[in-house]
Amino acid sequence: MKLLYFAWLKTKTGVAEEDVSPPAEVTTVAELLTWLTSRGPGYAEALEDLSTIRVAVNQVYARPGDPVGPGDEVALFPPVTGG
Amino acid sequence: MIRVQPEDFDVGAEIAALTGGNHRIGGLAVFVGLVRDMAGEEAIGAMTLEHYPGMTEKELARIEEEAKQRWPLEASLIIHRIGRLEPGDRIVLVLTASAHRQAAFDACQFLIDWLKTKAPFWKQEETAGGPRWVEARDSDGEAAGRWRKRDPDAAE
Repeated sequence: MKLLYFAWLKTKTGVAEEDVSPPAEVTTVAELLTWLTSRGPGYAEALEDLSTIRVAVNQVYARPGDPVGPGDEVALFPPVTGG
Repeated sequence: MIRVQPEDFDVGAEIAALTGGNHRIGGLAVFVGLVRDMAGEEAIGAMTLEHYPGMTEKELARIEEEAKQRWPLEASLIIHRIGRLEPGDRIVLVLTASAHRQAAFDACQFLIDWLKTKAPFWKQEETAGGPRWVEARDSDGEAAGRWRKRDPDAAE
């Protein structure tokens, strides 16, 4: 699974892009976010307030209950501020 | 049409290219977004636009397709710049062309409202206190919400 981080999520985790292999019981967006918080203080801080996190799976906005699996591209970012 | 680019754009040239030869067009609406020099009370030296390559283009195309479903557009164009921009620089261009003005006006407003809440761009401002990521504004969500009555896959 490929993870991408943008804006301050990239700053706080210290990572722009990484390949991860979560345990098999991680099957949804919400479970992935919970698992990520266990990977270090930077992740825990970045994901402290999930209301400030948007998630896209394979470049489409996803909800907490949407499925994720090996081979997916999952992006984490704050609410967008373009325009 | 969708373009994401660091380069500036020429509004007149883009209008000519979009509408040239199509005499069914009776009205064209234009929105140009510019970089301000203030954020609230604080002076901004410049800003940097980050984006999600791939998803940004797809999301802009989805938004444009939604506009075409809702209004009888003859042509449309969204250009969004990325990279470092200074106060006064153009950030974004939205053009919508239709037989009549109302569809052009409405579609143009819809596109910029939805772009601001859906397209994955992020602004980082350069201030005296250092770089700072811009926070999303509630008013932008409310502006986009006006159009949500037929939005089956709203993410928020």
